[in-house]
Amino acid sequence: MGMTGVLRPGHMQLKVLDLDEAVEFYTKVVGLVQTGRDATRAYFKGWDERDHNSLVLRDAGEAGMDFYGFKVADAATLEKLDADLKNYGVTTERIPAGDLLETGERVRFEIPSGHQIELYAHKTDVGNGSGYFNPPPWNEASERGIAPIRMDHALLYGPDIEKVQALFVDVLGFYLVEHILLEDGVTDLAIWLSCSTKAHDVALVRNEEPGKLHHTAFLLESWEKVLRAADLMSMNKVTIDMGPTRHGVTRGTTIYAFDNSGNRFETFCGGYQSYPDWEPLTWTWDEVGPAVFYHDRQLNPAFLGVYT
Amino acid sequence: MAVSTTTPHTVTVLPEGAQFRCRPDRNVLESISDGVQAGCRNGGCGVCRVQVVSGAFTAKKMSKAHVTPEDLERNIVLACRIFATDDLTIRPCPRPAHVLTPTTSNDNTSMTAADIND
Ligand code: FES
Ligand SMILES: [Fe+2]
Repeated sequence: MGMTGVLRPGHMQLKVLDLDEAVEFYTKVVGLVQTGRDATRAYFKGWDERDHNSLVLRDAGEAGMDFYGFKVADAATLEKLDADLKNYGVTTERIPAGDLLETGERVRFEIPSGHQIELYAHKTDVGNGSGYFNPPPWNEASERGIAPIRMDHALLYGPDIEKVQALFVDVLGFYLVEHILLEDGVTDLAIWLSCSTKAHDVALVRNEEPGKLHHTAFLLESWEKVLRAADLMSMNKVTIDMGPTRHGVTRGTTIYAFDNSGNRFETFCGGYQSYPDWEPLTWTWDEVGPAVFYHDRQLNPAFLGVYT
Repeated sequence: MAVSTTTPHTVTVLPEGAQFRCRPDRNVLESISDGVQAGCRNGGCGVCRVQVVSGAFTAKKMSKAHVTPEDLERNIVLACRIFATDDLTIRPCPRPAHVLTPTTSNDNTSMTAADIND
């Protein structure tokens, strides 16, 4: 088996202004499946995800991200990576099993960009609703609202992204897929990192303010579904930031929009399949516009200035 | 109350003093086409932070990261979360990190590396 170590982004805890309103938005408009609730949080997953939760909303009176968690292959991998992180000089803490519903023990640490990252090995398999024997290709949950397949990746804003890259590559086994250079032709404005064959599992943009979220992305199956998502956004008066359009980086099709707490989310489709032995693709500063928005060929001011 | 819910109020945006008609059932940011920057339009990003210099309004939940209790005492709010109940005068009050560099042309290098790093 090729895929070991860190498997995928598995959960994000997102801060919201009003939990009931956010639950309504993510259920009816985004079309995620609600799987649980505790005192301050609501738990969701994309219809085709099998683990109990991926997006966790926390009633916080503000927007932004609490933490982003990656699922690792098994308990032994979790122990090994925790030890590797400590050897690398990273301080880690353990969050007990059950703190997040249906989720095992988590290893949490801060990365140089100021974000809280977690690793965990267990989350209860609840299936996608179609069962494990002779499953139909889709079901009711796949047709409600935008109905993304899964939580796909996140774009984080913060300083010292070269240190984040080193940590993710040297300790966690990620590889660089694409990057955008600043004017000096040396320093990266942005990096796209993968732990799989996805064009990215996490991306970072250099930003003075640490620990910020630019967007969390949800995967759709086709460009047709991206257009349908745009229709649903307009029907529900959702603030669309950009799109439907295409990214130069990853070649994915996309819409950026804001949830009802002001957190940006993306409905994303495509992106090529990537491999760790591939040479990273480089975008130069004079082509930063098409790198991000391939058709507009320029950044909108919100791309760099609006984040939570 | 005899006040109609649809009679628009006038919102004056300092320092230029541009005036906009603002329906009481729409948030203030929705009615303004100039003078206040728009971001998430949902009370989370803080880009539309303003000070209400005069006039009355109601407010929906706003990010406490951008509007502290002390801010509220000084009528510093998020324009996308307030509704005018009276004619208003407001002044943009963005946090330093959220002063956007406007793109005024098709020149995609109009945001410089210095803008991004400082
Ligand atoms: S535009 Fe984001 S808080 Fe108003
Ligand atoms: Fe994305």
